Amino acid sequence: MGRTLFQRVWDDHEVRAADSGGAAILYVDLHLVHEVTSPQAFDGLRLAGRRVRRPDRTLATVDHNVPTIGREAGVTDPLSAAQIAALERNCAEFGIPLFSLRSNRQGIVHVIGPELGVTQPGMTIVCGDSHTSTHGAFGALAFGIGTSEVEHVLATQTLTQGPPRTMRINIEGRTGLGVGAKDIILGTIGQIGVAGARGHVIEYAGSAIRALSMEGRMTVCNMSIEGGGRAGMIAPDDTTFAWLEGRPAAPVDFAAAVDRWRELPSDWDAVFDREVHVDAASFAPQVTWGTNPGMVAPVDGRVPTPDDYDDPTDREGVVRALEYMGLRGGEAIEDIALDAVFIGSCTNARLEDLRAAAAVIRGRRVAATVRAMVVPGSMQVKAAAEAEGLDDVFRAAGFEWRDAGCSMCLAMNDDFLQPEERCASTSNRNFEGRQGKGGRTHLVSPPMAAAAAIAGHLVDVRTFDTEMEAVS
Amino acid sequence: MEAFTRVEGVVTPLNRADIDTDQIIPKQFLKRVERTGFGEFLFWDWRGEEGFPLDRAEYAGSTILVAGRNFGCGSSREHAPWALEDFGFRAIIAPSFADIFFTNCTKIGLLPVELPEDEVHALLHAATGEPGSRVEVDLEAQVVRTPDGREIPFPIDPVVRERMLHGWDDIALTLAHEDDIATYERDREREGPATTPFA
Repeated sequence: MGRTLFQRVWDDHEVRAADSGGAAILYVDLHLVHEVTSPQAFDGLRLAGRRVRRPDRTLATVDHNVPTIGREAGVTDPLSAAQIAALERNCAEFGIPLFSLRSNRQGIVHVIGPELGVTQPGMTIVCGDSHTSTHGAFGALAFGIGTSEVEHVLATQTLTQGPPRTMRINIEGRTGLGVGAKDIILGTIGQIGVAGARGHVIEYAGSAIRALSMEGRMTVCNMSIEGGGRAGMIAPDDTTFAWLEGRPAAPVDFAAAVDRWRELPSDWDAVFDREVHVDAASFAPQVTWGTNPGMVAPVDGRVPTPDDYDDPTDREGVVRALEYMGLRGGEAIEDIALDAVFIGSCTNARLEDLRAAAAVIRGRRVAATVRAMVVPGSMQVKAAAEAEGLDDVFRAAGFEWRDAGCSMCLAMNDDFLQPEERCASTSNRNFEGRQGKGGRTHLVSPPMAAAAAIAGHLVDVRTFDTEMEAVS
Repeated sequence: MEAFTRVEGVVTPLNRADIDTDQIIPKQFLKRVERTGFGEFLFWDWRGEEGFPLDRAEYAGSTILVAGRNFGCGSSREHAPWALEDFGFRAIIAPSFADIFFTNCTKIGLLPVELPEDEVHALLHAATGEPGSRVEVDLEAQVVRTPDGREIPFPIDPVVRERMLHGWDDIALTLAHEDDIATYERDREREGPATTPFA
């Protein structure tokens, strides 16, 4: 019987196998660190008198808690400033490379890893952040961990792990115009549910996945955790290798590395614990209407009502979600008016995302009732976008053009919604209060967010162009 | 971490599914660099809602939380188990838990207990109908004991169980295999991330 991509990477990293008495010990190739989930781990090391085993396999940046505007003045919030200063001190003390606030490499941890080329096929990658699954787009086994495990990896460069189950999601078919990676993953989560992949490492396969760019594949893998998956992976191919070639940390002997990486994909006869089939051709652009990413509908559809659900727990959840979201149920998605639009996050703030949004916006104005913001995923993405003049497109339309960080995806910094404000967001979570206490989030793709900003309400990007022509 | 053998106490019912870690501890409290003191911020945005169990005197001093399926989904923030533990909970019972949250709990001595959905609903019903009702969670015997004397078994990874029963330090256990790690590094080292030149 053949092996899966996951099994190959797992086997290759077992320092001790699970059956050797005790848990499996899995080697970690790359440990990404940020300011919010690491200070207690470094304190733990100091208390126990332990060192960082492999600072050269560790890379840190600041993203969750940083201002995206007015950085010249420093960090004004004292708690945020203290947390950033703590990371700077810890990295200096333990010899860990850090891209801090003044670095032109600073950015969201899951954007800068691939951008530098430190994310590579066949690696194990962990970070104290659930969206670490993003790196699986390269055929790496990448997953989020808590702070105790961060400390464990710092001290040992390994993790103790029980082997997860495997699940292949076969996504076949050509997506229509205006439908992209974000719609594929939102539609898939809608199909399997927010706990659908619990306990499993997902492999995304099929023609719709192979057709995606690396940016699109990162968007898909990024949201694996929103379907409950431990990690999400995609077999590396020529698209992957072309993206990595020439990156600052790409292997020196690139051809030899590619030869190794070509051995990674799952064998034809590999068996998965579960197989799921998704029809990408059936997807319209997707919009979440509720308070978890599985509460999603096609943009040309309607908000459901509790009566649409059989399971009593689901029904109660829908009642609560509709109340929180200020919706009655039954309204057309396109009739939902907005106060804010956020284009950013580790899900959708890479150059391709900004290009897709700018293409919709070019020559138009943000609706008077909407405040709109673009937060590039990294300072490198920001610079690349500016080199193409995308910043001018966004600014001319009335978008704010910010510095890199997590920003309004989790609203730890000063970028947040007011109570009952409604936002179309390219981020990954629409939980209660996620973008600010009482704030209401509708998750969408970058082109959908762009179109919504112009229209002032959720709108189908596929028909948006013709509508706008009819108006003007 | 503190060893976990057995906990007996008042049950707090929280009958909601898919409770995410953003609800357990909202982001504005993640700026702290300490590991303690998160309890007062537990379920911050839900506190004060009419009838919210954590606000009710009948559940004061509760050590066992019972909740709906997929508890702890979303963010990997360990601040969520820290907040639950700091508030006074020693065990969480639910039909299922999100993976990262489950692991995070076991690392700090907070026991996640998976019971069949109908058993969880029975516990929720009892704790709601008769506030102050108690159960016992016994890790050694791997059972939950109800007031009517029933024993409901629950599954747990034997390695995790052993570690929690003894309160062993996970890092020390792994470092006992430091030679294996060094051997792995020597034999199988791949090209590492070359990061420093680009700062």
